Amino acid sequence: MSLLDDYAQITGQDVIAHLRQLAAPFSGAKVVHVNSTRVGGGVAEILTKMVPLMQELGIDVSWEVITGEGQFFECTKGMHNTLQGNQIHLSDKLLKVYERTNAENAESLRSILTEADFVFIHDPQPAALLQHFPKRKGKWIWRCHIDASHPYRPVWKYLRQFIAPYDASIFSLAAFARELPHPIYLIPPSIDPLSEKNIELTPGAIAQVYNKYKLDSERPLVLQVSRFDRFKDPIGVIQAYQLAKKFLPSLQLVMAGGEATDDPEGALVLSEVQEAAKGDPDIHILLLPSDAHLEINALQRAAGIVLQKSVREGFGLTVTEAMWKGKPVIGGDVGGIRLQVINHHTGFLVNTPEGAALRIRYLLYQPEKITEMGEKARVFVRDNFLITRHLREYLALMVALLYESQDRIELTESSLNREIHEYWK
Amino acid sequence: MGVPDTVSENQKDAVNSPGPFYIKDCALVALATGRRARMLQEFRSELASINESSIYHHYWGSLLQARFEEREFNNDFAAWVRHGIHDAILAERLAALDPTDFPELESLRQEIIELIDMRLDECEGLLWMRATQQFEFVRSQIIVFDTTWCLQHPAELATAIEKFSTSSIFYHFIDARRRTDHRCDDFSDWLAGFGAEFEALRKHIAGIDPYFGNLAELRTELTQLFQAYFKEANA
Repeated sequence: MSLLDDYAQITGQDVIAHLRQLAAPFSGAKVVHVNSTRVGGGVAEILTKMVPLMQELGIDVSWEVITGEGQFFECTKGMHNTLQGNQIHLSDKLLKVYERTNAENAESLRSILTEADFVFIHDPQPAALLQHFPKRKGKWIWRCHIDASHPYRPVWKYLRQFIAPYDASIFSLAAFARELPHPIYLIPPSIDPLSEKNIELTPGAIAQVYNKYKLDSERPLVLQVSRFDRFKDPIGVIQAYQLAKKFLPSLQLVMAGGEATDDPEGALVLSEVQEAAKGDPDIHILLLPSDAHLEINALQRAAGIVLQKSVREGFGLTVTEAMWKGKPVIGGDVGGIRLQVINHHTGFLVNTPEGAALRIRYLLYQPEKITEMGEKARVFVRDNFLITRHLREYLALMVALLYESQDRIELTESSLNREIHEYWK
Repeated sequence: MGVPDTVSENQKDAVNSPGPFYIKDCALVALATGRRARMLQEFRSELASINESSIYHHYWGSLLQARFEEREFNNDFAAWVRHGIHDAILAERLAALDPTDFPELESLRQEIIELIDMRLDECEGLLWMRATQQFEFVRSQIIVFDTTWCLQHPAELATAIEKFSTSSIFYHFIDARRRTDHRCDDFSDWLAGFGAEFEALRKHIAGIDPYFGNLAELRTELTQLFQAYFKEANA
């Protein structure tokens, strides 16, 4: 069975037929994705599935990864953080390393990128490649996966000179976009329902996490999965739990996040969280390795309600993941959470620990609401935030770019293939 | 809105032989305009000069974007006025606007501006009210493609409709209201070509409100309607 068939079982055959139709004009077209890592991180996760899916649709797609030394990644990590608003000065020396590394990678990728019909450059790391391809044949698109709504301006000003000449850019939300002199497309991220993070689990696998972390499956459990970061308001989560526990003494809280090995601020926040949780055996602070996808999946499925009480958030894919598992989400009224949590339908948007506590009590008082809202949440994600929708929008963007700024583009029949006829038989 | 009461000139020529129904599909991709508003006056000012494709997106196109099946409002402007500006009166008035009542998007734009001005006259405080959420003007490009499949007779709708993708439903049932002479959906437009034969069916179709259910539900509703209609007709 093909990968597309696997997805058809989740999304419905019509969604896959639609993708085939949209991809038909690109049969044999050369598409290249470029990023800076093949494993780890959201971009690599998306490309791991996006590339084979595009291949199955008949597109000649490849995925190239740029290489660099320590200082290059030190610089690009700084860029990532500054685009998200941290005020970090990047030295001229580091910026020179950034430019030199891009120039070196441009040489090694010259033939494939020159000949490509579409080049998707992901995030700032390879953004400076374009200037080395004055004779490029195809359309180049810069895909920004970061919330760049409030960047540290000197760094954005520096990066902008490399990004402005692209044919288009893509941001996840309108609020994250920067002003650029080319079309700016808006494509939210997505989750992969067949990845370890989201795949269906057996009751046994879920029972394992109860046992491993000494959780009581008979008592209500609320969960927040996130880094120990002030923007995720972990202290607010504990306060919400404590307020709700006065009314629900059996309540348990799990806060699962990664170990803050390279982030001094993260280590500080973690110690504050541990201090706030001290003395309550029903608060479980879990430090999980970055590849504990199945365990996170099981925890999300074990929880009755999932919290994402952020005070600032990008898109919030942990919200999407929880909703996909049929959980109502109590989320901060910020960023991409607003796009996913529909008040009183797929969860609740809150602004304070008091608000979160009230909604925990509301839902646990009437468990049938948890089931009802969880089902709505799952359907909402299925229809809007799976990788198939993400792929559809990439294909639509590719068509749109060929037709420049036309608002309405009518494709002709001649570009269709046999598979389309098969579907309608 | 809805079903044409009379048959158009073109359709008169084609009564009883309107030709096949070509099933098309579409995809929409959204673009940032870089224009945003935090106050009603600012919103009005941006709206006055925003590209028409942005009005299309916020009234029609957003129906094909991420949306929830139980929408409180049928367009993004009304939703923002309610939840960003917190003015229920203007939100209700904006929600009541039916874009199919306007011959083109420009006149819809003028009507929205008129409603905003009227409300600003009524409630001066709204001039200074800062929204709790910024409104981002977005526009979209729509890509239409032919599925190469077509229907020769309306009875085929009974079996074919459930195979329509949700975006195909959007194209034929929602987007059509902007394209067709009678501001109706493509099914009704096609059926009108058969003269009075399918008038009852067209009336049933007109009874389906396209704005509140999601597209999959709309497809189910149309499927049930066509199947029931043709089952009865064949009985």
